[in-house]
Amino acid sequence: MSMNNQGRPSRPEDIEVQSVETFTGNRALQIEEALIFETGHMAATGVDLPEPKGTRSRLGGLERKGTMNLPGLAEPEAMRHFVRLSQKNYAIDMGPFPLGSCTMKHNPRLNEKMARLPGFAEIHPLQPVSTVQGALELIDTLAGWLKELTGMPAVAMSPKAGAHGELCGMVTIKAALEARGEAETRTRVLAPESAHGTNPATAAQCGFTVDAIPADDTGRVDIEAFKAKLGDDVAAIMVTNPNTCGLFERDIREMADAVHEAGGYFYCDGANFNAIVGKVKPGDLGIDAMHINLHKTFSTPHGGGGPGSGPTVLSEALAPFAPIPYVVSDADGFHLIEKRSQEEGDHHSFGRMTAFHGQMGMFVRALTYMLSHGGDGLRQAAEDAVLNANYVLARLSAEMTPAFEGTCMHEALFNDDFLKDTGVGTLDFAKAMIDEGYHPMTMYFPLVVHGAMLIEPTETESRHELDLFCDALLSLAKEAKAGKADKFKAAPVLSPRRRLDETAAARKPVLRWEPSNDESMAAE
Amino acid sequence: MRYLPLDTEDRRAMLDVVGAKAIDELFADVPADALNPPLDLPDHAGEFAVERQMAAMAGKNRAAGAGPFFVGAGAYRHHVPATVDHIIQRSEFLTSYTPYQPEIAQGTLQYLFEFQTQVASLTGMDVANASMYDGSTACAEAALMARRVTRRDGILMSGSLHPHYESVTRMNGGLVGGKATVSEASPDGADNVIDLISDETACVIVQTPDVFGNVVDLEPIAKAAHDKGALLVAVVTEAVSLGALKSPGEMGADIVVGEGQSIGNALNFGGPYVGLFATRQKFMRNMPGRLCGETVDAGGKRGFVLTLSTREQHIRRDKATSNICTNSGLCALAFTIHMTLLGETGLRKLATLNHEAACATADALSAIDGVELVNDAFFNEFTLRLPKDAAEVVEALAAKDILAGVPGSRLWPEDESKHNLLIVAATELTQDKDIEAFANALKEVL
Repeated sequence: MSMNNQGRPSRPEDIEVQSVETFTGNRALQIEEALIFETGHMAATGVDLPEPKGTRSRLGGLERKGTMNLPGLAEPEAMRHFVRLSQKNYAIDMGPFPLGSCTMKHNPRLNEKMARLPGFAEIHPLQPVSTVQGALELIDTLAGWLKELTGMPAVAMSPKAGAHGELCGMVTIKAALEARGEAETRTRVLAPESAHGTNPATAAQCGFTVDAIPADDTGRVDIEAFKAKLGDDVAAIMVTNPNTCGLFERDIREMADAVHEAGGYFYCDGANFNAIVGKVKPGDLGIDAMHINLHKTFSTPHGGGGPGSGPTVLSEALAPFAPIPYVVSDADGFHLIEKRSQEEGDHHSFGRMTAFHGQMGMFVRALTYMLSHGGDGLRQAAEDAVLNANYVLARLSAEMTPAFEGTCMHEALFNDDFLKDTGVGTLDFAKAMIDEGYHPMTMYFPLVVHGAMLIEPTETESRHELDLFCDALLSLAKEAKAGKADKFKAAPVLSPRRRLDETAAARKPVLRWEPSNDESMAAE
Repeated sequence: MRYLPLDTEDRRAMLDVVGAKAIDELFADVPADALNPPLDLPDHAGEFAVERQMAAMAGKNRAAGAGPFFVGAGAYRHHVPATVDHIIQRSEFLTSYTPYQPEIAQGTLQYLFEFQTQVASLTGMDVANASMYDGSTACAEAALMARRVTRRDGILMSGSLHPHYESVTRMNGGLVGGKATVSEASPDGADNVIDLISDETACVIVQTPDVFGNVVDLEPIAKAAHDKGALLVAVVTEAVSLGALKSPGEMGADIVVGEGQSIGNALNFGGPYVGLFATRQKFMRNMPGRLCGETVDAGGKRGFVLTLSTREQHIRRDKATSNICTNSGLCALAFTIHMTLLGETGLRKLATLNHEAACATADALSAIDGVELVNDAFFNEFTLRLPKDAAEVVEALAAKDILAGVPGSRLWPEDESKHNLLIVAATELTQDKDIEAFANALKEVL
């Protein structure tokens, strides 16, 4: 999650590296690729369109004049450009992607195939409801699975990603407090120090102040400290379970009871639901709201940073405030409630999260995945995810230092004690993994563990692949302890780029191509 | 269970290494009575069984390409070149994560840099971010950003802003003391938004082409906003229009947000889409979302990194400019590929074809007795005033397999004065025979 040491931009150290130079800069299968703005032409296009008829324009005199500076490429050039770029990326299809808290699991291609059926991909969010009954059925079916797996009575489907789901949950809580006449007085939200950054950011976006709950020495919420912070100004708690240390909050019911007794709500960050799906229903633990990252637990692809999808399950107390639009059904079929004025009964929605109905393309992929796994397969997936993480924890403990004693859930957390006095930091250790052919684990997160390394293998790694991975990390750990710090400081040297100067990028941001960019960079 | 590589023997051997006798020992922290609950769900299924079930649901929907199609109002049916879908399905793009390790994510980072450049150029702005969820959430974030920049609370929206954008912006922008107001705008383009700008206005949010299809001259609004120290947020829901119309940046906008779906992305029943967010250099550090910047590596080679992340939630937590984390990376890639294939030449031509199709459709339909075209200037979408409730007409035409557009009651159920309005969109995929079928059927049902 965090990009480097506590988010400070880093810059590479000045270390001599012997490398094989080529005349072209290319390195066999690694081909250097310029920006489209450097190779394209204003007249070039890779799309053949019919000739316009020359109709008189009715644009009100606001025609665009002058160049837009948008060069084009012919189709073969464009294909080559993007394929070459793709070859500079690591991907889950190439090897383990052990980013803790991010859940990089295999993305089945059946999901992609189904999402491209014209009946799903080529339907418009505002075409008559009578012509999209299958789409509404799909949303309703997926909602049914999510409710059954979480043991919750309602789900808001429209949030576009995990953080958007958090916003949905917290705005719902705010609406419920308003209905109780307590929105003005309940302004404090409690969240553990180890929380994802999105939790405090979301709470603040809703106007709440955030109060950190300390962790105990087992890596879980300090229940006594937590209870001491409760009061009649507390709107909600935001707790991730399993938490960001990869541990199940064993006092979760006590927390739920305590916050409810204090008149607040329990928002559960469901980013790690993949560890318990099919094994535990969060609804049985006393939560009021939880978002589900379909792009984590239900394998919709991360796509280099999105799109995600964050349906948010809600308790009976919160369900009436759920956002529009939502699907209802009766004997005549499925219907959409798109405006508050169309609501019936106890519903009084807080409003709208997004223009349309949510991430339909992700819904199709997630439901395809669920149907493929079934209830039995999802439970097995959670068990295998936890088993794989514990296997890695057990094997790596031979050379690396676990942050906490005992077993873990779906991710194994280490601190940097094993690197003490080696001159090698967490960042260096992670960068050395790149040269060994692995994507680094999550570094420096959670913030409560010094030099944290959070490894989430997921259930889709084989034992063989895990053994190779563990062997590589054990070798690196031994090498670091043997005093080979320089190698770590220089790493990676075999990747398409070596360490990048983030400090320079942040000091003088260049966020777009301009003809003069190259000269100005050279003059630095 | 084809997605699970472990077999029974692996599991037993691995439990041995872990030192557990059974898997549930690893779930010992879960309250015992909550562990392994009954699940009222079907068991796992093979590929063709799943395909059948999904295809059955897909088959109940009328796909855009199955007949005449004129639905728009914030999402548009355009042709996406085959190359786009091929490239975005490459493993290295589809199955990679947010590029936090730039040494092995230059592919993603370089296309994000190209995306940011294209969006900035298209909108006529200095800088753009690496995408938002969609146009509507980008609009809400623009309101929040304008409040940060101006330290004011007033969010003034034009009545001709897409009503769903208005709802999202009102909800999100109004959470912490934001005060949303909406101007009176009529379908023919009249709008009193300038009169409502005050010293408390953080931003004026105006859409062009607006929800009725009118092309809006932003210059006078920008001037009026700037005179009062407010920012102009321009909203573009049809990105292809930027190939024909003067850019919002040229007309004085301070922030431009938009829906990028039209370029490279399918309709997908409303998502995933790609939110565009661009602004002026001086506001760069107030932007929400990820930014990709140029730098050099240890060997002096040009490379790209995520930058200015001290604005973001994973570093700044409750002081972040936004809570956004995951955005629309792959949809932004689709946008960039399609935009690269089009180039400026192709985009201009595509825009012209869209405008011509809309002109032809508007002429054919407004020639029908009782049907009135309300717009003077429009791009690829316009509004008709019908002699009866437009929703009834849309249903009657759907029964004839013509998807005629968006009726006013779908967007403004509370405002009966708009229920006779029909918003009609045409694109490069609209054929003459579609227009003819629409006109003939409309005559029959009126």
